Amino acid sequence: MSTQSLLESEDLLTTEMGKAFLCERAVMRGKDIHNELGGMDWFRMNLFSITGRKFSDEQIQLLNYSWVATSYPDPSIWPNHVAALAGSVRTTVSLSMIAGMAISEASIYGRRPERRALDFFYRAKGRVDCGEKLQDIVESELETHGVIYGYGRPLAKIDERIPHTLKLVSELGLDNGKHFKLALEIYELLKQTRGLSMNIAAVNTSLVADMGLTVEEYQQFLTPCFITGMAPCYIDARDKPEGGFFPVRCESIEYRGTPKRKW
Amino acid sequence: MSHKRQVYHTNIWEEEAEADNPFATKTAYCHGYDVYGEILQKASWFEYLYLMFKGERPTADQAVLLERLAIALANPGPKEASVRAAMNGGVGGSTHASSLMAALAVGAGQYGGSHEVFIALQMWNKCQFNLDKWKYCLTNPNEGHREDIWLPIEHGPGFDPNGVSCPTVVLQTLKTLEALKTAGALSWLSENRESLESHLGYPLAMSGIAAAALYDLEMNDHEATMLYLMLRLPGAAVHAIEQRGMGWKKFPFYADNIELKNDPGPMGVPHIEGVEL
Repeated sequence: MSTQSLLESEDLLTTEMGKAFLCERAVMRGKDIHNELGGMDWFRMNLFSITGRKFSDEQIQLLNYSWVATSYPDPSIWPNHVAALAGSVRTTVSLSMIAGMAISEASIYGRRPERRALDFFYRAKGRVDCGEKLQDIVESELETHGVIYGYGRPLAKIDERIPHTLKLVSELGLDNGKHFKLALEIYELLKQTRGLSMNIAAVNTSLVADMGLTVEEYQQFLTPCFITGMAPCYIDARDKPEGGFFPVRCESIEYRGTPKRKW
Repeated sequence: MSHKRQVYHTNIWEEEAEADNPFATKTAYCHGYDVYGEILQKASWFEYLYLMFKGERPTADQAVLLERLAIALANPGPKEASVRAAMNGGVGGSTHASSLMAALAVGAGQYGGSHEVFIALQMWNKCQFNLDKWKYCLTNPNEGHREDIWLPIEHGPGFDPNGVSCPTVVLQTLKTLEALKTAGALSWLSENRESLESHLGYPLAMSGIAAAALYDLEMNDHEATMLYLMLRLPGAAVHAIEQRGMGWKKFPFYADNIELKNDPGPMGVPHIEGVEL
């Protein structure tokens, strides 16, 4: 029972993350933004802000592609659908984009599976290094959690992003990482034993594991990644008649609840 | 080519269309009750709210408990994080929705926020009225935690790790609400509060009372989380509006309170010939 930490931080924040000296300069993680980081592209800067580290050109190119390859401007995809609904009812651009981004922290796609997939590869690699058989690791994971994130895909059996990514990984010389190789071995195993396919989360997260991003860093990095697919969906719905994005008629609400009754 | 019409499935809501427009609602039913023909005239807001969540009308006591809880939660006040978030939207003239979205995002957290209530509801289901189980769970709140978007919680859910004694407003709320529900979670919490506080070393928080009240109202963890998020928004709304009118010059700006430990120091700005800044 103590208020010590509150009292200590009531009027003072000490930090190494950064500060804006307005009218003069701004610092991020010990670097002068204008003088030392001003030559960076935004993507590298974003990664630096999250991790405090710098990445190789090949790694940046791959990470960049992982965003490009996820920018599907299809309003049937749930975050895009939200952005399109927002455009259809003429809310603001920023509210539309942020709403779509917020729901991307989902359970059957997006941030939660990606996070768990990355965690799995770190744990699996650790167990392999301790001498455990891969099959035993996979079976115990399935027994404990019922699923291995990155394998199997809701709504689709084949992930078309994988061959494009694998081609790029090979061209960039990033195909020798231990986590990445492990991901492919697990795919072979699950294909044989369970008939499961691999989705892009397994490929991307295993490659990210080889780069050493923590799960928290990875989620921060991924948070805006769907926004490029959302923007066209918002624009398209905004430019169509009000309320014109897949309007729902009364009878399209299929009710199976309690029959009509008096209050 | 004709396209399949998509349908939404629900056990909550039914609509009948106007004869001249299949998209316009003639009658709407919530769990079987005519919303605009009957509920609108006969139900209180909290009776309707309870019906929506639970599918049945509340008893008179349940409706009163939900209403009293809503009053207790309605405004956490401007020093609370979710309200501060909303005020930061208001003071800059941001959209009202963004202020409430900020309040929801910050108010969703695990220190006083809705995810703390979510975890506490799971503990109510697990521990019920067993003091030993509660003591174990409160000191081991992350048992079975797996990698997730939610970080492990850093304190016993429903209690305030920065507290000293249980604040008067928390005690007043507990006393008022427990009187509305006999032999339930609220009264059990009241009876065992000091023992749990002593065990943890810090006092009960408003989130702990909300969790107990929502458990007494038979809300599950998801329903309780949603209600807790919703019921705290009125304060966020009014404080955001107030700061919008108050103006940014009166609003805290913490620049002078931030101390950078790794400042590289001034490196200068380019001199541009002919441009005086």
